[in-house]
Amino acid sequence: MNIFDILGPVMVGPSSSHTAGAVRIGYISRNLLQDTPVKAVISFHGSFATTGIGHGTDRAIIAGLLGMQPDDIRIPDSFSHAEKMNLSYEFKQVSLRNAHPNTVVLDMRGMSGRTLQVQASSLGGGRIMINKLDGIDVNFTAEKPTLIVHNQDQPGHVAEVTSMLSHKSVNIATMQLYRNKRGGYAVMVIETDQEIPAESIKWLEHLEGIIKVTYINS
Amino acid sequence: MFQSLEEIIKKCETEEKCFWEIIREDDVQERRVTPEDSYEKMMDTWDAMLLAAANYDAKQKSSSGLAGGDGAKMEEYILNKECLCGSFLGQVIAGALQMGESNACMKRIVAAPTAGACGVMPAILVPYFKRLSNNAAKIVEALYVAAGIGQVIALRASISGAQGGCQAEIGSASAMAAGALTYLEGGNNLQIVHAAAMALKNLLGLVCDPVAGLVEVPCVKRNVIGAVNAVSSAEMALAGIESRIPPDQVIDAMREVGDKMDISLRETGQGGLAGTPYGRDIEKRLFASS
Ligand code: SF4
Repeated sequence: MNIFDILGPVMVGPSSSHTAGAVRIGYISRNLLQDTPVKAVISFHGSFATTGIGHGTDRAIIAGLLGMQPDDIRIPDSFSHAEKMNLSYEFKQVSLRNAHPNTVVLDMRGMSGRTLQVQASSLGGGRIMINKLDGIDVNFTAEKPTLIVHNQDQPGHVAEVTSMLSHKSVNIATMQLYRNKRGGYAVMVIETDQEIPAESIKWLEHLEGIIKVTYINS
Repeated sequence: MFQSLEEIIKKCETEEKCFWEIIREDDVQERRVTPEDSYEKMMDTWDAMLLAAANYDAKQKSSSGLAGGDGAKMEEYILNKECLCGSFLGQVIAGALQMGESNACMKRIVAAPTAGACGVMPAILVPYFKRLSNNAAKIVEALYVAAGIGQVIALRASISGAQGGCQAEIGSASAMAAGALTYLEGGNNLQIVHAAAMALKNLLGLVCDPVAGLVEVPCVKRNVIGAVNAVSSAEMALAGIESRIPPDQVIDAMREVGDKMDISLRETGQGGLAGTPYGRDIEKRLFASS
């Protein structure tokens, strides 16, 4: 939190949690997909499901998926923009276990065929938390540059990533490790104080045992 | 980030700097930016508030049909009739309604500290800006003061209706605006925090009970009480009146009251005005289709 979370965000109303947070969830999900979404199934849980329509949560999520930020005045008309930009979508309601009341699950497919499932919740004041990626528990706010590495669950990968970052003078703010028992791979989520150079991300992608690297900075 | 208002005042004294400078300094450290960047961002925030006020559309209605048009009625009233509370306060009331309605109608606003309470600060600052013959620098300083107060409330208590009820949203906005106005009127640091404390005290216990869960009823009109209460609290502080309970302890009391508040009164759209037969009817009518 900083003072511009208190005086701000500049946003399209009516609700920082149900509108601005929802736009941000869509926006960050699009970045996590690393592709232009062409199809999205959006499942609302809890208060998102019950009061989402009146708050424009549906239009807000679509706006975010189209790349709009929470202060974009096109948000109220996002459905017509989706049509122009060839995004097809469908809304559902779900009841999740142990989830924050303002939670949504997005199943996305991108233009070049990439798919991703994101579960995220809106914490209030326009701030969000990404809870799951493709079913794996993670926890990050996407407020800082964030690096997500899927790698084979074998020793050495954490050291490779951290030494690369220190070599580039990138300071690690937080680091979390998760294991996907079924897939037999691990996920690292690293939030950093500085941006990570693009060539370092490329270098990581080519390392033996690294399955997928996602980097977002927004 | 500051844990208490007292800490801010102490720092002002030891560093011999103004309240707003101390808050800016903290932002510079927190976000690792230059003082100029921080200042510019605050100026942008102010521009966004001014723009939002200017973009009020008297004809707009929210998609539920519950909000819209009242701000225009109030504006017309103060233009045609000498209003009891004087022209400044009349403009404050109209401005608070207008911004609340713009928010309900999906227009661009500045959450301060939340979208539901976005009308409180600009309701006071926009007409004051005109009185100051458009001296934006002064307003930006006042925004830092407000942000500093809000930041302490957020850390010690809450600025979310779902967590602490409406006292946490409209109450916090009112405290921030009271501090900002006291600063603008030449009040000292102690007067600033006492204005904030009195504003918060007066709204202690306010529940969050939006009809059908929408940020419309009673939110739009609650912005009016937040703003008017900020003006009266600032006036008291400037007259030399203090909050008998120390400001930081008032904030702690707000947290305690919020913790004890029933869940039906914390943005669930269940209790209070939302739970009235009329409120329920509206809810049924709105969600019959979905
Ligand atoms: S009633 Fe609830 S939603 Fe409305 S302004 Fe107050 S805290 Fe916000």
